[in-house]
Order: sequence, then C-alpha cells, then structure tokens
Amino acid sequence: MRRYLAARLLQSLIVVVLVTTISFFLIRLAPGDPFSFTDFRMSNAAREQLRVEYGYNQPAPQQFIRFLGNVARGRLGYSHSMQRNVGTVLAEAVPRTLLLMSAALFAAFALGIALGALQAVRRGSWLDRATSAVLLLFYSVPDFWLALMALLALAYWIPIFPTGGMTDQVLHDYMSLGGRIRDVVAHLILPALTLALLSAAGIARYQRAALLDVLPQDFVRTARAKGLRERSVVLKHALRNALLPVITLLGLSLPALVGGAFFVEKVFAWPGMGYVAATAINARDYDLVTGTVIVGGIMVALGSLLADLLYALADPRLRAR
Amino acid sequence: MPSPTHVSEPAERLAASLMVPATAPAASFPSGRRRLTGAFWCSLALIGLLCLIAIFATQLAPYAPNAQLDIVGLKSQPPSAAHPLGTDQYSRDLLSRMLFGARISLSVAMLAVLLSATVGTAYGLVAGYVGGRIDAVMMRLLDACLAIPRVLLLVAVLALWSPVPLTALILVIGLTGWFEVSRLVRAEVLSVMQREYIVAARGLGASGPGIVWRHVLPNVLNPVIVSATLGVGNVILLEAGLSYLGIGARAPTASWGSIFFDGSDAFQATWWIALFPGLAIIVTVLAFNVFGSALRDALDPHQLAGDRAR
Amino acid sequence: MADPLLTIEKLRTYFYGESGVARAVDGVTFSVGAGETVGLVGESGSGKSVTALSVLRLVRPPGRLEPGSRIVFEGRDLATLSERELRTVRGARIAMVFQEPMTALNPVFTVGEQIAEVVRIHAKASRHDAWQRAVEMLHVVGIPSPAERAKEYPHQLSGGMRQRVVIAMALVMNPALVIADEPTTALDVTIQAQILELLQELQRRFGMSILLITHDLGVVAETVSRVLVMYGGEIVEEAAVKTLFAKAHHPYTEGLLAAMPRLGENRERLRTIPGTVPPPTRWPNGCRFHDRCPYAWERCTSEHPPLYQIGAGHVSRCHLAEEPERRNQPHEPFIMRETSAGVARDAARGARENAAARSARS
Repeated sequence: MRRYLAARLLQSLIVVVLVTTISFFLIRLAPGDPFSFTDFRMSNAAREQLRVEYGYNQPAPQQFIRFLGNVARGRLGYSHSMQRNVGTVLAEAVPRTLLLMSAALFAAFALGIALGALQAVRRGSWLDRATSAVLLLFYSVPDFWLALMALLALAYWIPIFPTGGMTDQVLHDYMSLGGRIRDVVAHLILPALTLALLSAAGIARYQRAALLDVLPQDFVRTARAKGLRERSVVLKHALRNALLPVITLLGLSLPALVGGAFFVEKVFAWPGMGYVAATAINARDYDLVTGTVIVGGIMVALGSLLADLLYALADPRLRAR
Repeated sequence: MPSPTHVSEPAERLAASLMVPATAPAASFPSGRRRLTGAFWCSLALIGLLCLIAIFATQLAPYAPNAQLDIVGLKSQPPSAAHPLGTDQYSRDLLSRMLFGARISLSVAMLAVLLSATVGTAYGLVAGYVGGRIDAVMMRLLDACLAIPRVLLLVAVLALWSPVPLTALILVIGLTGWFEVSRLVRAEVLSVMQREYIVAARGLGASGPGIVWRHVLPNVLNPVIVSATLGVGNVILLEAGLSYLGIGARAPTASWGSIFFDGSDAFQATWWIALFPGLAIIVTVLAFNVFGSALRDALDPHQLAGDRAR
Repeated sequence: MADPLLTIEKLRTYFYGESGVARAVDGVTFSVGAGETVGLVGESGSGKSVTALSVLRLVRPPGRLEPGSRIVFEGRDLATLSERELRTVRGARIAMVFQEPMTALNPVFTVGEQIAEVVRIHAKASRHDAWQRAVEMLHVVGIPSPAERAKEYPHQLSGGMRQRVVIAMALVMNPALVIADEPTTALDVTIQAQILELLQELQRRFGMSILLITHDLGVVAETVSRVLVMYGGEIVEEAAVKTLFAKAHHPYTEGLLAAMPRLGENRERLRTIPGTVPPPTRWPNGCRFHDRCPYAWERCTSEHPPLYQIGAGHVSRCHLAEEPERRNQPHEPFIMRETSAGVARDAARGARENAAARSARS
C-alpha cells in the first residue's frame, strides 16, 4: 500500500512538473509577452520596469528556473486585466470552482449510481431501455448548450432560479449567515446540476455494466440462500462490489469536470476558475490564463491521487499490499 | 465521467465501451456473429446526409453565410418564412450560416480525428512492436500526457496564439487527442504479436516492418476505426465549446460553435441563435456515437478494446 | 421411517430460452428423512444442481418451478410459499453449501461478518452476540485461532479453510437440512477428505440431514446412507448405498460404477459410457438413456419407463425390471451405430466452423 502511494505521488508530481513546463514554453513561444498589451495608462518605462521585475529580460534557461521557483512559491505572475497578482485572483476563484465541482461530483455520482443500479436490476425492461436512450442523448449534448438552455428555461422564461453569478449582487452582504448560505445554494443548483447531468450519464452506464457483471456471481446467490431480502442482496452485497470499478471513475472524471466547469462557469457567470479564464482569454491576459492552466492541472493531479487512494482503501484486496 | 465535451480520453474509451450493451436496439444478435442493425444503417445514412449538406452548402444555402442582408430591418429577427432559422445581430441568415457551419464543424472534426488516429496508431505500433525498455518509457510518457486535461491544454495554447487559423486549430486538437488511440493500438499489437502466424512469419524470415505492415496493421485497424468514429463526435463538441469561448473558429467563420459565440450576449432575446446550432450538434454527435457503437458491434464485440476496457 | 423431513414431489424446473424449453428437472420425486444423509449423483447436465437450487427456489429467470411441483418441508409447501416466509427458511431451517468456496464468499466482507450476518437476520441478535456466535462456529468447523481468522477476508484464506467457513455459515443457525452442492469438487484431494470428515462429524454432533450432490461415486460411498441417481432430469435409480454398489440395476448406474477407476484393477483403458448427455431441450423419446444403453430394445425407444420396484427401498427406471432376460443380450448402443454417418457429418461441420472462425479472426 505504501509503495503504491509513493508511486502515485511521484506520478502526480511528474504531471504537475510537465504541465508547468508546457505552460512555460507556451508563454515563451507565444507572440508578445504579458506586458505588451496596449494600455495607454501605462508608460513604456513602467512596462520595462515590470518586465525586469518579473524577469522577462533574462535568458531562457534562467527564466525557466525562476518560473519553476515562482510556481512552487505560488507566485504565478501578474494579471493586467485585473490589476492584481495572478495568485490572488486564483486564490479567490479556486475555492468557488471547488465548491461547484464538489456539488456536481456528488450529484453526478448519486444520480449515476442510482440510475445505473436501477437499470441493472431491471435489465431489459422498458425503463432500462428508455434510460439508456436518454443517457445516450445526453452524451451527445454540448455542456455549454445545455447550460444555456437550462439558464434560458429555468431562470429567464420561468424564473425559478437566479440568472447567474454566485450571490445576489445587491442583497447578499445584508443577509444573515443562513440567508447567505441559502443564497449561494440557490445560485449553485443550476450550474451544478448541469455539470452533474452530463457526467451522470457516463457513470450510470458504467454502474449498470458493473452491476450486471456482479449480479450473476456466486456470492450473490449465497446471500440469497442465507435468507436476505432481495433489496439487501442487491444493495449490500452486490452493489458494494459493483461500486469499486465506479470509484475509479472519480479520478477519471476529474479532468472532464474541470474542463466542463470552464464552459458552465462562463454561462452562469459563476466566478470560479473557468469564468476567470474565459474573461482572461478575451482580455489577452496571458499570465492569468497560464496560471489557471497550471492550477487546474495541479487540481486534477491531486484529485486523481485522492481518488486512487480512495479506491485502494475501499478494496480490501488492495489494502494488504 | 465526461461532460459532453468528452475531454477525457479514458472517459471516452469507457463511454465507448459502454455503448455496446445499452444502445443495441431491439434486434438482438447471437454473440460473435456479425450483424448490421437498423441503428447502423440509420446513423450511417444520417452521417451521409450531413456530409452531403456540408459539401453542397453553397448550393443549398439561400444566402451567403457572411452576407449582412438588411442591416436595419433584418437585425436579430426570429424565425420566419424568409429566414426559417432567423437572423443574428449582424443581420445574417442563420440557416445559411448553419449549413456552412456544417462544413466547418465536420471537416475540423474529421481532419483532427484523422490526425489523432494516425499519430496514435504510429505511436502504439512502435511501442507495441519494439517492446522492452523503449516501450516502457513510451508508456510512462503517455500516462503523463493522459493525465493532463485536454481542455486546459487547448485553452492555454489557443488563448495564447489567438486568433488561430483553422489549420492550426485542427492541428492542435488532433495532436492532443491521440493518447488513448495509441494505448488501444499498443494493446492490440501486443495481443496480435502472440498469435501463431506472426511467429510463423518470423520463422520464415519475414522482416520487421514487413510483418507490421502486412499482418499487424490490418488487425489493429478495427478498434482504431471505432475509436475514430466516436472521436469525431467528441471533437465536434470540443470545437463547439472552444469556439463558444472565443478561441476556436473565429469570426466571421461560421462553425456551429462560433455562431454561439457571436450571439452569446443576448440569449434571452434571441433564443434561436442558441437553440438551432445546439440541435444540429446534438443530432450530428448522436449520429456518430450511434454509428460508432453499431460499427463496433458489427466488427465483433469481443475483439475490440471495449470489453477489455472493463 | 418416521415422517420424512423433506418430501419433493413431481418437481419440474424448466428454463425458457431462445433455443427452446430446457427441462432441466423433469418430474423428480424423493424424500429425505431426519438425520439422514442422502446422495444425489449424476453427471453435469443431469439436473442435480438445479434440483438442489430448486428446493430453496434459488433458480433465477428464465428458469422457474413449474406448477404442480411440491416441496414439502416441516409441514409447508416451499414451492408455493410467499417470498417472505421462504426467507425464514433459507439459511435458518435449510442451508446450502456451494461448490466454489472462493466465489461463494463476498470478497469485500470479512468471513466473520458473513457468518454473523446470518445470525443477525434470523435471530435478531445484536452485532456483538452475532459476532461471538460466528467465532464459535469457526471453532466448531475446526479453524485455528478463530477470533483472529474471523477478521480476515476470503482471499486471505486457503481453499479448504474457505470451505469450512462456508460450512460454518450454513450451520450457524442449526438448520434441519443442509444441501451441499458438490462441496468438495473444487478442492484438492486431501482437503476433500478433510471436508467430508468434517461434514460427517458435524452431522453426528448436530443431527441435521444432509442432501449431498455430487458426480463422484467415491465420495458417495464414503458418506451417505441412501443414493439417488439422476439422468436426463429424472431419478433413474434409488437404493441404499450398499445395495447400489453391490446390486445396481439401472444400466446407467452400472456404467457409472464401471467407469470408476479402482486400485488393484489391471486395465489399460477406462471403461466409458459411449455418447454424451443429451441437451435438456431435447430429451430422447421413451427411456432417456436408450441410445447409450447396451441392453435397449424397441420398447425402450418409445415407452418411457416408470420407477419399478426392485427390492426394499430400491427402485429403478428401467424396463429390464420386467424383462430381465434382456440383460443377457448386450449390444453396441444405438448411438454408436449412427456413428459412421454421424462422424462424417460431424467432421464436415467441424471443418466448416473452423474455417469460418479462422477467417473471422484475421
């Protein structure tokens, strides 16, 4: 178990270094540098000063070392569109994305596992086939489009949910703690559900297959022979085994979730990493974009690691190693 | 598991593997036998129709895609008889834009997938055939690449070089999508290498590259074709998303995603600009997905990586 | 004999599939007395395992018990009992021991939990009491250090130990009947002997009845008092074990006994029963064994034999009971006569299939 952990840690580290290196080369190779934007308020001298300060006038290898050092220390550069350090901007944005993603993950897995299990137990029935057809449909839907439609339908035409953002712009600060929490939750529901719905499709498919694999196995028959209720047989004995492969999906769904969050955040104006990145792209804020990419890569690597850990803990056959 | 930008290749592979049991329609076939079902033909026909539309867009479209028709009178009009899909805020006919958009979206997707398939197959062939240390190193590299979220990478690259010409877009998308294919190919190569006729061919003195070309490659192609088909749907979604962010196909090029981008400010008022491209994408991606899984069923469900993925 | 513990009457279990109806168990009637060990013997395809599963209605769709089947146990007909009441029987009054101990146990729960679970469902015991009972049972079945072992997972135990755990799980509620479906087949020979000994010892101690399903006549000789031989989904012979081995009546039983390799016998080839077990979708007409039987005559091809009484407690489903002189006229079984034409046909078909498979692979 410990060897497995060590190996996975090393792998994650390599990925982070890789992402950082790639980002560095991208910045270097891209036309211009972060300070070549045209903002008449800033004089050329001031620009040169910033360039020196951030080391953009040094030879490449030195810049790389410096870059790595900076990233390690969390100094990711300067965002000119926000007039703040990239690190600061992201420090605010990342937790919001984490909130959105956690909610989405939770909903996705809950929905996906439930649907998939239901399908497996009622295999071949109209419910099974209808669900499969609907899920296949969801698979073919672009997430930003679904987000847009959801926003249009449930926030504009039928105003059930707020039309975007994370909090009520006007009233949030005046609310009590409970009110503030409810406010955030109300804004969270639609984007999280949108993100979740699409992931849930894949999870349901996988869970269905996994449970179908487990149900004919001998120990399920033993459980029945012991006198257990069918529900216990499926939920306690069969599903517990069928969940294991689904846990591997946790790690696998993270990259997709981070990517999907980009689009959903933009549509709903949820002020997380994706939203920041989207506005940064439009403003040609290189440092912010690459900072987002690096942080995103780290998040995914860490998340994968955690997911693998979870799997190793869950399967007693792995724990012994 | 994937948001439909399908940006995680392993997720796509899993997804591909899962489409087998559930999407096979009422016609059930005995295992191992090749059967072409209704889904196969329908989706193939649909794909053919879409390709035809893309090719003959010029003939089919009532207006030029970028023609700004009556700037005042036709600005942002809802669907009507003259403009069945409405017009956008630049007074361009949406139907025409959509038809030309098919051309862009489909060609970008197909070319990018072609690139991914080629690179991935080559990488996998080499790794599988050569084996040993080189193979191990190549696989480690691959694992690292797989761990990087595709969207993040694409966003980084495209944002920094934006605006990118279409060829560059295709190149970048293609070069970030070959990881999973190469894994598939390598696995297939390893399994083929163990079969008797390879050993026999070697015994008879056949050369390395000759063996690869004549014996290994044909066997390996089946899963690649299926993966490529499913990949097309994936890339269409990806390109649409990137264009929506503003870093894919740029104005005034009309891809289904960039149509979104142009109208992204005022969706409450101009809902048709959001609805129709989306429907087009859904139908197209659905067709490719159904075709891909039907194709895999037809090509022998047990041979392909789908079952192995589980 | 006092009132039998379990009486099975006209049990029929059919499977409904694409290639037709498989009549896996087709009219089986027998009983098991209290404290008795009964052996149910047959090859694969005879229907013996399905019979075992049918008792507790563990057969899943597309298989089902046909109406008219009766399974009388402790005064109730299990075949028509409600699901809820049947659950009170499973694991508590009748328990099953399955063939493959590795796959019969859930890999993600400790063995202690799996045994304790039975106690908790049926005796409504607390977690603690149930666990204690589980450890106790592990001790009873001869597992050393039971308290530590109980916390282990199935993959950490050897095959023999796992089977002991399965037996412990079956016996923990002191059932009246244990149905053991090939309990030793998946084990090494030396372990086999240990497990059989364990079963016998436990029976002496707890007094339950055992229905032992097996294909191995050697196992039967050691452990049971009465034997039922199954073929073609039916019982074809029933006798006390000594009688069966000394004076088997049915030609199939004879064939089984002859096929057993024995020490001290000086043979170069093992005797076999020619032909193969027919598929349950197409039982032969008349006597189901007639095409493989060395004594069969015209009557056997058309008239399905009932169970004839041969002696006390000895029945046989064979027309030889009425025409015993035919036993002196053995001949080559019918299935061999079709051989030349049959072999040629089969060879051609096999070659075609091979060619198709090869081209499918490449």
